Amino acid sequence: MITAGVDVGSLTGKTLILKDNEILSWSLISTGPDSSETAKEATDIALKEAGLSFDDIDYIVSTGYGRVVVPFSDKNITEITCHAKGAYWFFPRVRLILDMGGQDCKGIRCDDTGKVTNFAMNDKCAAGAGRSMEIMSGLLDTPLAEMGGLSLDIKNKLAPLSSTCVVFARTEVLGYLHEGTHKNDVLAGACEALADRVYTLLKRVGIEGDFVISGGIAKNIGVVKRIEQKVGLKANICFEPQIVGALGAAVFGREILGKKTAKKK
Amino acid sequence: MLTAGIDAGSLSTKVVILNQDKIMAYEVLSTGIDIGAAAKRAMDNVLEKAGISLQDVESIGSTGVGKKKVPYKSVQGTEVVCDTKGALYFYPKSNGVIDIGGENCRAIKFDAEGNIVDFALNDKCASGTGIFLDAMAKALRVKPEEMGKLSLQSTEDIEVTSMCSVFAESEVVSMIHRKVPKNNILRGIHKSIASRVVGLANRILLEGNVVIIGGIAKNIGLVTTLNELMNSELIVPEKPEVVGALGAALLARERKE
Repeated sequence: MITAGVDVGSLTGKTLILKDNEILSWSLISTGPDSSETAKEATDIALKEAGLSFDDIDYIVSTGYGRVVVPFSDKNITEITCHAKGAYWFFPRVRLILDMGGQDCKGIRCDDTGKVTNFAMNDKCAAGAGRSMEIMSGLLDTPLAEMGGLSLDIKNKLAPLSSTCVVFARTEVLGYLHEGTHKNDVLAGACEALADRVYTLLKRVGIEGDFVISGGIAKNIGVVKRIEQKVGLKANICFEPQIVGALGAAVFGREILGKKTAKKK
Repeated sequence: MLTAGIDAGSLSTKVVILNQDKIMAYEVLSTGIDIGAAAKRAMDNVLEKAGISLQDVESIGSTGVGKKKVPYKSVQGTEVVCDTKGALYFYPKSNGVIDIGGENCRAIKFDAEGNIVDFALNDKCASGTGIFLDAMAKALRVKPEEMGKLSLQSTEDIEVTSMCSVFAESEVVSMIHRKVPKNNILRGIHKSIASRVVGLANRILLEGNVVIIGGIAKNIGLVTTLNELMNSELIVPEKPEVVGALGAALLARERKE
């Protein structure tokens, strides 16, 4: 049985192909202005990599912010549900998930079957989302991928930047740069501020059990380390944290299809 | 008696020289990165305009986010107090102020004697403040001082749904790509800011003779939208951006007396 999960986020689109319970291939591309185009493109890439054609897929589940505009999906499921499912697939002992995407951040609690029991979400404000790191990346002229590492190599510890508003944090950063503060120290302040915000969100859902971080922010070691410190739990991160939602969607596809075939029999 | 008031704001620095009850001179300039240097520059300029020297000034009052960095010995007053004093100077019958600054926004309610009854403040988030409008002006490539007027020439009501300035910027960019007319976008932006400001005003049940101050009070689009939403007639002083600095000068004078 071959199923696909398509996760159309605000900044990236991902498709993952699952054969029975094994990941065949996945893709990760930037979201263009047209979300359904992005979904198609991501799916084509994943199919090509798996050496399959579109007709080989038995069931497609879409998720993410653009899930309703994926024209070829059989069903759409919210990203919160899919992230819990995907995290559970990788780490069956998970009870707490942090998923941080470009424009939102979710704290999710699940039970011992991967079912969501509680969640809290910030999608109102860029300060608690991946977007804040993008802005800092531009401001400090540092590639996103390098920010976390640099933020751990600091000269002086600064107070965290404003964690409530990226626009205010931007002013603070300009002030620091003007004073000649080392870039790494400012980056540390930015990572600290983001970790603060995330910690508040996680506290709202309750901190307990094995902890998983998914989404692009999981690749920022500076933020991850600081969150771990605050939460007091080690973060489990899979080999590609940005595909957890797409994986969850594909797993749902398999379950739905499994039930249907069982009925037919 | 000559007194001076300095309002060291996040985006602009204002200084007023008061001779007894009369404004002798004032200066407004952008704060930039060094708050102390901006205050000094503004003070030098205003002294020159008034044709006096620093020694002639008997007392200095300071207010605004940067009041502690002002390089003069001064009487510090909170923005809430100075705004109130300044508003009452212009309009003795007023009973409230809405002050939209660069990085914050506040609504103040006071009684006939000038005692502050209640106030509400947003300094956590840039939405509903001047910096939000500045960012939008840049995104739309219009001059900040023209935004308000253009917004009143809109042909259709659209909504900017993002609360966050950062997200709103993306939203506006996508509207530009979709070829939504600029004036309609501007109208949506002004409505978005106004609704945040009204939220603050409603929290303290502000009504009656309310003065709107801060540089943004010169934005006719915003004032019009606020009046629509609040069902009010906001009073716009002639120099809305110096009301806080004026209040600081008045405070300095009171202390001296």
